[in-house]
Amino acid sequence: MIGAAVLFLVGAAAYASFYIAPEERTMRVIQRIFYFHAASAWAGMTAFSICFVANLLYVWRRDEKWDSLGVSSAEVGLAFITVVLITGPIWAKPAWGIYWTWDARLTSTFVLWLLYISYLLLRTLIEEPDRRALLSALFGIFAFIDVPIVFGAIRWWRTQHPAPVIMGGPGSGLEPTMRKVFFFSVLALHALMVFLIAERYRLEKLRTDLELVRRELEAT
Amino acid sequence: MTPPAFPRVGLRFENLDKRYGSLLALRKVSVAIAPGECVVFAGRNGSGKTTLLRVAARLVRPSKGTISFSGEALHGEPQETRPGFVAHATMVYDELTAEENLLLFARLQRVPQPERRVDALLQEVGLSDRRASLVRTFSRGMRQRVAIARALLHEPAIVLLDEPATGLDPQGVTWLTEAIRRLRDSGRTILMSLHGESEISSLGTRAIRLDAGSIVADTRTGATFRSILTFADA
Amino acid sequence: MSLLPNTAVLLGKEVRTEFRSRELLTTTIVFILIVIVLFSFTFDPTSDESRRFAPGLLWLAFLFASSLMLQPCFLREQHNDTLSALRLSVSDPFAIFLAKLIANTLFLLLTELLLLPLFATMYNVPVFSVLHWLVLVFFLASLGISIAGTALSAISAQARMRELLLPLLMLPLLTPILVASTEVTKALFDRAPYVQWKGIGFLAVFDVVFLTALWLFGEYLLEE
Repeated sequence: MIGAAVLFLVGAAAYASFYIAPEERTMRVIQRIFYFHAASAWAGMTAFSICFVANLLYVWRRDEKWDSLGVSSAEVGLAFITVVLITGPIWAKPAWGIYWTWDARLTSTFVLWLLYISYLLLRTLIEEPDRRALLSALFGIFAFIDVPIVFGAIRWWRTQHPAPVIMGGPGSGLEPTMRKVFFFSVLALHALMVFLIAERYRLEKLRTDLELVRRELEAT
Repeated sequence: MTPPAFPRVGLRFENLDKRYGSLLALRKVSVAIAPGECVVFAGRNGSGKTTLLRVAARLVRPSKGTISFSGEALHGEPQETRPGFVAHATMVYDELTAEENLLLFARLQRVPQPERRVDALLQEVGLSDRRASLVRTFSRGMRQRVAIARALLHEPAIVLLDEPATGLDPQGVTWLTEAIRRLRDSGRTILMSLHGESEISSLGTRAIRLDAGSIVADTRTGATFRSILTFADA
Repeated sequence: MSLLPNTAVLLGKEVRTEFRSRELLTTTIVFILIVIVLFSFTFDPTSDESRRFAPGLLWLAFLFASSLMLQPCFLREQHNDTLSALRLSVSDPFAIFLAKLIANTLFLLLTELLLLPLFATMYNVPVFSVLHWLVLVFFLASLGISIAGTALSAISAQARMRELLLPLLMLPLLTPILVASTEVTKALFDRAPYVQWKGIGFLAVFDVVFLTALWLFGEYLLEE
């Protein structure tokens, strides 16, 4: 039910991007991908922020549910960031003739993607659940506090070596209708993010409950 | 006999649980140990003996439950109840000499006059002539003696020994038994985990049997010493 | 408070152990040499272009080498369970980290300074006039690499595939160090050398932030 509502929202946002938003002067049709590209970036960052809070709470409280929330939000965040990394080149090729320009935001996003891939990879390499939860939470904390430094450093690096910027700043130079469509896309994708995290969390809870049952069985 | 240079300390475990994934290594373990008791923990491999000792050493954080220390003249400083721990592993650096190892740990624990203390201990464990040799060159028995010296550097009130006779030859076991006897007689609280009956187990003033993480027998509550120890390998 | 005395004692142990065997130092130096030589096959070191690439190559080599050098940091404490002995003996577990990260910084700095003259000769870069600035960059960057690397090696020591895992965890995390160090070094290798203060600022910020994080969370890294 809620899933259907979320799907409707996302569909509405897609419709708005293609039919309601006016066409942009220079880039034309391909610019419309901006709405999903930038909104995905925001949704991804929000998901990673949730992961950060979950990590802190796990280290403090040691309640399994924070670990489940952490892995769920990290996976969903990674999915959105993957969308950002794919839509970037889709935009860049018609606009600049090349797939990748190492522009500041995209490069930083790539590093962000690598950090959270490492987070998930780390989890697969630790078998014992409590240890896995604690160590991945700690790595998650280190990774998250690194994010602003990464973005800052890469942005500075790009001022030293200017290159085409793939997307203009969100909201900057956006006409009012475009701005409305953009914020609607942000809203829709955030709704999708929350829905996906909730579903993934539910799955994770089922898995850990199963572990609990198995443990009880082995005890008898 | 000179009075002990340390406060007499008792331990209390309350409702200890320790979970490793789907394995419950300790289940609702509750036991009070009086100052000066020499407790033998017996049980099969995997019964939770090592985990219990590591929790007592505060190396392992229990999933549930508490551990507390009691005794006169305790000020609540963690160093006062820091145990001397002799484990399976020697916990000393192979690439340093016996003397360097002991000095390292003595200085870390702020032992007063560390050089003198290290000298005394090397003498006590009979390694004075090998003090400048790398631990890597030592036999199992000699390593065990370094481990014991390390454990006693700070004159601990509590001594924990996890299957300390493993790998020792009969001579080594005799020496170890004497060493533990002296520790017991000086009033220290001793917890040791053992496999079965031996010279060492006869030093105990109390025996507790663990099975699958729970306490199943205690001489305090009527079981006999012998029964606890001889079922250990069943 | 015994944090500083404990750190000093442990630092002594770390340094003495390493200088007795010199394993870490020699293998790290040789590794960096190999990387530098291999780089020279892919980029022509005599051309003017290569002077532009030189700083980047240098820092890449240092980063890769450090991700290998830092692996034994906590792994070796599993042998004979000496980590437990340390945890039992120190009053503040941060002393363990502090001693190791200072030692690692010193070892890294030493390898970097030993290789600098060789690198300068092979890539034809003037370093004398800016030596003190180079030392500053090397120090700040090595400190950052050590702080992050020491913390992460405590994590990787408890996981499988630890040889691959540590570089995997370290390298993305250390991108700001790579970026900043390369830019500052590039400016120093320039025909008209100048100091890139912003880059140095980034390095310092990284160091402070991660040292604080390690101080706050270090004890949990060692928990059982």
